[in-house]
Amino acid sequence: MSSRTLFDKVWDLHAVRALPSGQTQLFIGLHLIHEVTSPQAFAMLRERGLKVPFPERTVATVDHIVPTEDQSRPYADTLAEEMMVAIETNCREFGIRLFQPGSGKQGVVHIIAPEQGLTLPGMTVACGDSHTATHGAFGAIAFGIGTSQVRDVLASQTLSMSRLKVRKIQVDGALRPGVYAKDLILHVLRHLTAKGGVGFAYEFAGSTIDALSMEERMTVCNMAIEGGARCGYVNPDQTTFAYLKGREHAPSGPAWERAVAWWKQVASGPDAQFDDVRTFRAEDIEPTVTWGISPDHGVGVGETIPAKESFTQDEWATIEEAYQYMDLKAGQRIAGVAIDVAFIGSCTNGRLSDLREAARVITAHGGTVAKSVKAFIVPGSEAVKIAAEAEGLDKVFVAHGFEWRNAGCSMCLAMNPDKLQGRQVSASSSNRNFKGRQGSPAGRTLLMSPAMVAVAALEGKVTDVRTVLQAPAAKAKA
Amino acid sequence: MSSVVSLVSGRALPLRGNDIDTDRIIPARFLRCVTFDGLGQFAFEDDRKQLTAQSKTHPFDDRRFAGASVLVVNSNFGCGSSREHAPQAIAKWGIRGIVGVSFSEIFFGNCVAMGLPCLRVSAADAEALQGDIERDPAADVTLDLAKGEVRCGKRSVPATMAEGPRKQFLTGQWDALGQLVSGIDEVRAAAKKLPYVGGFA
Ligand code: SF4
Repeated sequence: MSSRTLFDKVWDLHAVRALPSGQTQLFIGLHLIHEVTSPQAFAMLRERGLKVPFPERTVATVDHIVPTEDQSRPYADTLAEEMMVAIETNCREFGIRLFQPGSGKQGVVHIIAPEQGLTLPGMTVACGDSHTATHGAFGAIAFGIGTSQVRDVLASQTLSMSRLKVRKIQVDGALRPGVYAKDLILHVLRHLTAKGGVGFAYEFAGSTIDALSMEERMTVCNMAIEGGARCGYVNPDQTTFAYLKGREHAPSGPAWERAVAWWKQVASGPDAQFDDVRTFRAEDIEPTVTWGISPDHGVGVGETIPAKESFTQDEWATIEEAYQYMDLKAGQRIAGVAIDVAFIGSCTNGRLSDLREAARVITAHGGTVAKSVKAFIVPGSEAVKIAAEAEGLDKVFVAHGFEWRNAGCSMCLAMNPDKLQGRQVSASSSNRNFKGRQGSPAGRTLLMSPAMVAVAALEGKVTDVRTVLQAPAAKAKA
Repeated sequence: MSSVVSLVSGRALPLRGNDIDTDRIIPARFLRCVTFDGLGQFAFEDDRKQLTAQSKTHPFDDRRFAGASVLVVNSNFGCGSSREHAPQAIAKWGIRGIVGVSFSEIFFGNCVAMGLPCLRVSAADAEALQGDIERDPAADVTLDLAKGEVRCGKRSVPATMAEGPRKQFLTGQWDALGQLVSGIDEVRAAAKKLPYVGGFA
């Protein structure tokens, strides 16, 4: 038992049976749905006259299309309104809980489930959304699925899946000041590439990971998918249990002790066998910024944009495409690249600790958002918004020229009114810098930590956040 | 419900480039919909428009490849989001089989669930096939799942797919839903054994 990984234990606990195809029918403990990938799945159920046997194991919210400014209904965008009506009707008809704007529980799906204690260690979690990997921070096996599979889970609470291999990503040492979980994962992606994880689940371990808070672990697991790994996870420990205790849907009373005992058992054994192990040192990680069109195109903020020769030859065409699209050259320093828009939010970095850190950097800097920059901060959930306002973070943001919005996915993928225009460059705390990702077909995205976005907004260009954190008074603007 | 998929054959369309993500296959603004109908015409919309603006032609707009039913790509195709809108757009465009060096996992799984086979070939073979098609767009490309090969004219190259999905296509069981639902009693039994399902009571 002790030589097995969490992945293998959780998989075996949830395996219902072997299917004739050789795949496993896997029970899904928590199914999350949102408005973009679920309507067609419900339509497929209706077509076949199927019911939802475990409606209490599916939870719905709305996030992608929700406007972050005026949320009054009906929405100005009629297509968005149609999608809202569809999820409301579907949830009502099939008896599924829906967290609506204004309920205090709405938000980006990967933020609300953990904050309400719905995501628990040892569970399988599925959602029609690739960033479902986020929930692995709790020691759950969580993966994104397509709409036909959303239909499968609704109709059977199971999926047909093949077991993944497990790669351990061992990170040891202390992160240096100004270096965050986001930098850690961008650094890992840079070294293991965007496709290096295909076929794997990533287990994040080591003293650096152990020292991360739950919110930081979520940031790391969130982007496992950007490395090609379908899921990423961290073994549950005291940090996990402390986070969960007292949350609305977490076990309580005598059940709590039983739950903790079970959660401890599902963690990887001390001599667990992995299909692969990669090691990193926390001290090697700099604040990291992407310069290209894939999340693995990252460099330390002190570095220059790499020459294509530093990549394998099959990447050269993509790298050249990236130089051209981003209008950046090899050898150019990433620090100093001008930005037009600054966005803090998303399921990667839209949590309370992200906003606190942004506020800390803004206060240390002392200036206001550069004239040429539009900067906005979007809490990942209504609960995050309420908590941030209770601490007065919104006042800090607004006083320094940032807009403060309502919860949603916002400009992470711009299915709502928040979009880049033309060739604008954004400094973004989100997870994808794909061509056109942020709403303009020619728009450009530089991914970085929320603290780095905050300082980029104030300076109008990519700037090393450590210069602000180390010398706060010197950087203050008149 | 589903049918056997062992041979897909037809004229082909070469689409060069690694890491082509789902945002490029179908830009996010087209996800504002409640059905997949009509997505086909928007496949690669932004890439196509951009090339048109530069007086170039995207393969999806190239008349030589009109009516193609096989798509030949390079590596890590379909990376990014889990949206089934991406393979749906490709399928609604008329593609019935994809050949490439590698596919993102979720994209591949979505394709299986839709009955759209994705076969893997070596990087050199993918490029050779793309070259063949560019030289002779009228040539048929055949995906032979049973034999594990892709053929184009005189060229025949080994092609692979993970054994599980390959079996699903060959036995007509790529649509897993029927089986999953038929096992509902076993599902209920399995759920009972999970302590969290009962609230750790
Ligand atoms: S915040 Fe971005 S990545 Fe996360 S669920 Fe929303 S759109 Fe997807």
